[in-house]
Amino acid sequence: MSVLELRDVSRWYGNVVAVNGVTMTVGPGVTGLLGPNGAGKSTLIHMMGGFLSPSNGQVGIDGQRIWKNPSVYRHIGLVPEREAAYDFLTGRQFIRSMAKLHKLPQPGAAADRALGMVEMLPPADRAIGTYSKGMKQRVKMASALVHDPAVLLLDEPFNGMDPRQRLQLMDLIRKMAAEGRTVLFSSHILEEVERLAHHIEVIVAGRHAASGDFRAIRRLMTDRPHMFAIRSSDDRRLAAALIADASTRGVELTASGLAVEAVDFRRFAQLLPQVARTADIRLLEVSPADESLESVFSYLVAS
Amino acid sequence: MSTIAYITFRGMLGRRRALLLFALPAVLLLLSIGLRLTGNADLDTATALLTQFGLGALLPLLALLAGTGVISPEIDDGQIMYLMTKPIARPVISTTKYLVAVVLVIGFGVVPIFISAVIMNGLTAGLATGFALGALVGGIAYCALFIAIAVVSRFAVTIGLIYALVWENLLARYAAGAKTLSIRQWAISITDLTTNATAVTSDVHGSTAVPLLVALTAIGVLFAGWKLRTLSITGTD
Repeated sequence: MSVLELRDVSRWYGNVVAVNGVTMTVGPGVTGLLGPNGAGKSTLIHMMGGFLSPSNGQVGIDGQRIWKNPSVYRHIGLVPEREAAYDFLTGRQFIRSMAKLHKLPQPGAAADRALGMVEMLPPADRAIGTYSKGMKQRVKMASALVHDPAVLLLDEPFNGMDPRQRLQLMDLIRKMAAEGRTVLFSSHILEEVERLAHHIEVIVAGRHAASGDFRAIRRLMTDRPHMFAIRSSDDRRLAAALIADASTRGVELTASGLAVEAVDFRRFAQLLPQVARTADIRLLEVSPADESLESVFSYLVAS
Repeated sequence: MSTIAYITFRGMLGRRRALLLFALPAVLLLLSIGLRLTGNADLDTATALLTQFGLGALLPLLALLAGTGVISPEIDDGQIMYLMTKPIARPVISTTKYLVAVVLVIGFGVVPIFISAVIMNGLTAGLATGFALGALVGGIAYCALFIAIAVVSRFAVTIGLIYALVWENLLARYAAGAKTLSIRQWAISITDLTTNATAVTSDVHGSTAVPLLVALTAIGVLFAGWKLRTLSITGTD
């Protein structure tokens, strides 16, 4: 059982602040680091992995400092985002070398065990350069697992994977967490994080915007005002019917239909078809007007 | 350490630039065979070829390829993270890579220079051993300089080329001060100390060259290790 601790961590490059006063504790289980591209997720993971010194604050694992302390790598496995991984070696040579660098007593056996965990034993004797993106990701995963670390840091592990590879990797990550490991992965895709992480840390523009289990984050996201664009057979009557209910805060008649602001997402979702049926109005189009991740994030930051 | 060396050798010899490692000494060997066959391989000509091409071009270019090649590409594409996320002191990583560069320079530079001298003049006047020793010492210093540049700048190859071509070949020819700070001149000085051939003349005295060689090598290797300890790898965002 290992715990990663970030205390008031900031990192800036010249005048640009990449990470601003982040405090968080990451314990056993799967934690998702969620944020839009450029939010500072990689910078955070690089600091947790000891590749970047915090400009301010402390990053540690089980009370040990990470920066300039290579002994912590006995307990940390890191899967970098970048794809390059010694293309000229075979999968087995690569993982065996990593095992040797960890000075494991039986590097060959440890390599095969790690390759087996990610189901990469069959192609293990092919050069990494010939692997598909998903295979590369798995062999990188094996390199991080070879020394059986208590903490796994994964930087955007699902990038570029097809749905099947994604599911496989999700299963693997769940398995790692079930074994008591502390797993942290970054992603800008809400759905990935929600399916996998029991705990979510949201980073927006370098700031720690929200923290909690996915239900808490989900609630924050669903409770915010939602904007919908609606077209129907009778917009004006529909507008009157909707505004009569407390779930709707505002309705505007626009050139293309209605712009509706709903404050209670769930109630509004049930109300809309009912109202339309009772009033005999045909709904032609209902679309969320601000469902982009950025708007969700900006709401989280403001709240 | 052996694992880092293994990966580094595989990386160096597996890349296309490895062809250059073979091509440069091949040119020297072909030239010396040509001179020998045409009967032009006298001591003066041999000295000129070994000084101008051997120590003046082959050695710095090889050391530049090896000294930067062992570490630069890995820093550029982030692969070095796989070595850095191990419980190994970072200076061990850079020093191992430095030693790999030196071994490559010995294999592709020092040995061919020795063979080339033997082809032209046998072991006459200690010319072959003198040039081999000069090349060895020069190669050790060049690699230290280039690996130190490689851990600080992404433009290590360009900076190294400017040093070897502009500083050592142009400025050192006209400015006496630049000569004193030229690895090439130090290498010639070592050759001069160990050969009886009068054709070899150095502009920098051994008493200056030896301490400078030792100091540059030590500083280069230590600096690379120190710099790698605090090497920041920035994220993609």
